[in-house]
Amino acid sequence: MTDRRTNATGEPNQEDEEVRRGQEERLRTVWAAPRSWRYWSAVNNTEVGVWYTAAAFGFMLFAGVLALMMRVQLAVPENDFLSATFYNQVYTLHGTAMMFLFAVPIFEAVAIILLPQMLGARDLPFPRLSAFGFWCFVIGGVFVCGSIFFGAAPNAGWFMYPPLTTNEQYTPGYGPDIWLLGLSFIEVASIAAAVELIVGTLKCRPPGMRLNLMPLYGWYVLVVAGMILFAFPPLIAGDILFELERMFDWPFFDPSRGGDPLLWQHLFWIFGHPEVYIVFLPAVALVAMIVPTFAQRPILGYSWIVLAAVGTGFISFGLWVHHMYTTGLPSISLGFFSAASEAVAIPTGVQIFVFLATLLTGRVIYSVPMLFVSGALAIFVIGGLTGVMVALVPFDWQAHDTYFVVGHLHCVLIGGMLFPLAAGIYYYWPIVGGRRLSDKLGRVAFWLMFAGFNLAFLPMHYSGLAGMARRVWTYSEELGVGMANFASSIGAFVFAAGFLVIVWDVLRPRGKEAHARRNPWNAGTLEWLTEMPGESWGVRSVPIVTTRYPLWEQPNFIDDVDKGRFYLPDAEEMKRETIITSVLDGEPLQCLRVPGPSFMPMIAAVLTGAVFIFATFHWWAATFAAMGLSVASIIVWLWRGTAEIPEKAEKNVGLGLKLPLYKSGPHSIGWWAMFITMTGDAMAFIGLIFGYYYFFTIHADFPPPAAVGPGVFWPGVALAMFALAWGAALFGGISNRAERIGTSRALMAAGTLTSLAGSAALLWGPYVTGLDPTAHVYPATVWVLAIWTAVHGGVGGLMLGYCLGRSFAGRLTPAHDVDISNVTLYWHFMGGTALLTVTTLALFPILT
Amino acid sequence: MTATRLALSTTFALSACQGSQTAFDPAGVEAERVLTLFWIMLAGGGAIWAVVVGLGFYATRVAPEQHSEKAGLRLIIWGGCGFTTIVLAALLFWGLKMMPELRRPADGPTVAVSGEQFWWRVAYGVEGDPGVVRNLPMGGVPSANEIRIPLGQRTEILLSSPDVIHSFWVPQLAGKMDAIPGRVNRLILEPTEAGVFNGACAEFCGTAHAQMGFRVVVVSESEFEAYVQAQAEPAAVVDSAGLDLFLQNGCAACHSVRGTPADGDVGPDLTHLASRRTIAAGLLPTTEENIAAFIASPDHLKPGVEMPAFGMLPNEQIAQIAAWLGSLE
Repeated sequence: MTDRRTNATGEPNQEDEEVRRGQEERLRTVWAAPRSWRYWSAVNNTEVGVWYTAAAFGFMLFAGVLALMMRVQLAVPENDFLSATFYNQVYTLHGTAMMFLFAVPIFEAVAIILLPQMLGARDLPFPRLSAFGFWCFVIGGVFVCGSIFFGAAPNAGWFMYPPLTTNEQYTPGYGPDIWLLGLSFIEVASIAAAVELIVGTLKCRPPGMRLNLMPLYGWYVLVVAGMILFAFPPLIAGDILFELERMFDWPFFDPSRGGDPLLWQHLFWIFGHPEVYIVFLPAVALVAMIVPTFAQRPILGYSWIVLAAVGTGFISFGLWVHHMYTTGLPSISLGFFSAASEAVAIPTGVQIFVFLATLLTGRVIYSVPMLFVSGALAIFVIGGLTGVMVALVPFDWQAHDTYFVVGHLHCVLIGGMLFPLAAGIYYYWPIVGGRRLSDKLGRVAFWLMFAGFNLAFLPMHYSGLAGMARRVWTYSEELGVGMANFASSIGAFVFAAGFLVIVWDVLRPRGKEAHARRNPWNAGTLEWLTEMPGESWGVRSVPIVTTRYPLWEQPNFIDDVDKGRFYLPDAEEMKRETIITSVLDGEPLQCLRVPGPSFMPMIAAVLTGAVFIFATFHWWAATFAAMGLSVASIIVWLWRGTAEIPEKAEKNVGLGLKLPLYKSGPHSIGWWAMFITMTGDAMAFIGLIFGYYYFFTIHADFPPPAAVGPGVFWPGVALAMFALAWGAALFGGISNRAERIGTSRALMAAGTLTSLAGSAALLWGPYVTGLDPTAHVYPATVWVLAIWTAVHGGVGGLMLGYCLGRSFAGRLTPAHDVDISNVTLYWHFMGGTALLTVTTLALFPILT
Repeated sequence: MTATRLALSTTFALSACQGSQTAFDPAGVEAERVLTLFWIMLAGGGAIWAVVVGLGFYATRVAPEQHSEKAGLRLIIWGGCGFTTIVLAALLFWGLKMMPELRRPADGPTVAVSGEQFWWRVAYGVEGDPGVVRNLPMGGVPSANEIRIPLGQRTEILLSSPDVIHSFWVPQLAGKMDAIPGRVNRLILEPTEAGVFNGACAEFCGTAHAQMGFRVVVVSESEFEAYVQAQAEPAAVVDSAGLDLFLQNGCAACHSVRGTPADGDVGPDLTHLASRRTIAAGLLPTTEENIAAFIASPDHLKPGVEMPAFGMLPNEQIAQIAAWLGSLE
């Protein structure tokens, strides 16, 4: 018995307008942002992405004001507009805020807005994680930036070279601590975003979108998020060593006790150079979306540009020493890194030529976004060419640490990132605001920015070679760079005026201005399915995608999506849902229930932030209290919001397809998130291990004879305990799945206890052998590795305890075992960590 | 003879603070070669820029219509891949080939230079150890903020620091090299002209980083020998009120004046202060007025400087100290 509301297979009849209206009503209700003060509990990408972007631009404007203050100070020789001490805070905070609070977060922010739209997904897989990242970012950013109003800002440059920064004698006050702890906290947010975006691109593509059909933006997101995952953790490792030295006098960078200031430079630039590409590639990604639209043809050389992006990502990890050409390293290393630094220009060149070739073979329509793309090309190529110059060792010996480098890096960052971003703002604003920005204001903004930029930054190349070192708060008249600096200062203000025109264009009251028409640029990719103004559900139904530009290449596509003729056209159970597909082929695997609004991410971020902020001021009791509360809040969040057992095993998502609502193991997004997070975690651990072997290479007596400590016995006991816990996690999961609940619970309990015992034994080794971490770099290195692994053992124990609790609460059952399966994965990493730690600490001293 | 020397020294005194610091006017082998390299790279880079931007302008503005895909793909392969690879390989080859040449061992004297917050400690007549060393040999003839080197020889500068990282840079002579605590780095200076060349600290090292300059004075070999010998002598001390005040007010806690009881080791050696062109690390010409002004209020002239102010002393006492220091040739 069928009526007109259902079709032959019993599914709703999408051709019936009334059916559709009902579906739309439900979707709208389910995906609506909460109202009034609860608005701030929103977690959906459309809200969090916009907040994130706005906050990043806020920090950018703040850092821009700092830049203008510097330009006023340097406009004429021997000026006294700013004092030396204040200038040093201003330039440090300018660099820090632009890099950590704008350039990297803006990538995450824009990707959170655009990625789900481009993939035809309703949201990213972990919206609450995005929200957590956003709140961490805002709290950390305000903390770091706010310090300047108390004259307590960091004041030694954004790369913070020790021993200037590690020693209270040279940098009294809280400046370096604020930098380290505030930014470590933000790095956590960045890694959270990276996890979210990698799982998003790999698992949330629409059915049919094989990896080689993914929009180029998706590829770039994947590459950049992967780079964050490998680049940020070494910096976190560096931060740990740095803060231990600064707070507790552990001498990692103090040469008088065996440390070495260069270790920091290695760890910082292993992060810092990929960072440049982490900033640059997302902007190229925007260009890769804009160019085909205005050429009105698909990108020419899709595989070339994908390979080039991946290649750039890889090579960028082999360049870091080109920031250290003047540190006296052997010529042979300099030669190697010089070659790698030149090599990275090849994939960069390929990307530029792919755009040129696409424009050449298309029928180009010129508009404001293209204007900014052209400006970006003109400026970025200058930066690229001066980059090729400074990659050459002998030239860098002259140019290094001068205004030549300041000019170069601003060409790369502003030409390579800010201009494409401005193009992106003009291109994508209709998706966010429902209206187009003004063409006229756009052109005014462009020409002000373009002229201002060149006037400000081209003369700096001259100033640098004329003898002006960077980071100087004043310069003498006789240096002969007064005119060049005056021009730079004028240019900076013109550039700022241009940017303010964009800000005005975005914020100006619109009155009754009409909405843009749908797909206003006649683009070919999924994000332009967005209605004007946009609906909170994102996409009316999740489409089947078989081409790279479905709006151009799949007939009747928009109408099919709008009429709900694809998947998930309804929200029958009033739950937020999206489709999870397989990594390579985009085959539908699961209908994922996505969590909705919650204050828990914000609360967890506030408490985690408190840990870092209290630690900055050495309020240890408060720090430990906040630590306990933040762990508790995360447990509450996970307990109530994750791995929920659905009311039924599977559901019909449309077109006769039934998908499970619950998945565990390698097909689940949680497993992937754990895998990716632990990869990042392992990278940080490798950063610390690198430190140990670095000291081995520079000292003949490192490690000292095995008798010094931590000995073999206690580390051995620890390893045995961790191995037992590892086994308990593995067999706990297996016996749970085999419905031997009792055995499984016993194993989880045993695993909890043995891992805690293992952590204690690992710490007992250096303690009982009397290793004093302040005496020399060897005991300090031993302690830091032992503590890292012991903390991970503690967390692993806590996780097994959590699974035990979930089992008793009926939230972990033989059929619904996400928790224990992810914890087992954690333990695989933990097992490796323990093995490497104990081998290094206990066996290596015997072997050498 | 004396007249010429007098005339010479006046010229030097006048040009003391007008020495130049620009890499565009090289006076050393390394600086010359790097400048040539720069001009060639600039010309080549300018041409590449014009072609790439011109291509973009052509594709979007001049001839926005469609061109063949085959031509487009060829552009990617030959322009993006082929051309860049060839040009970069050639450039790299040239750049790497320069290095062993520039880093050849020295054949002249060795000078130890220690970057300290915020001045340069100098020692002549030290022995460089070819192996890896962690500390500078500072036993030789001490001086500060002015380095004399002989023309026609390759002088080795040994660099380190007891506090934070500094970087030693004389743009007219050569590129820069860092002075890093716990390491000794080497830099070769091979001047091609005599003259005074300004140097600066290039690595941010604290509040007064911008005012941590120095002078390199290139002289003939014989003048260099004579200079080091003169510097090795103790000060020609005349009993003066200035010396007494210098000792009474604790200046000797930080400064040495060899030949007097002043043997402090924290700040610059002042034994031959008046023979140096500048005071306060390249900041001001060495005149009695400048010395007096600096003693009275060093932080005003050089914010962040480690030396405490002695403005509480009566002006005439400061003037007496300055007059005495100004006589230490």
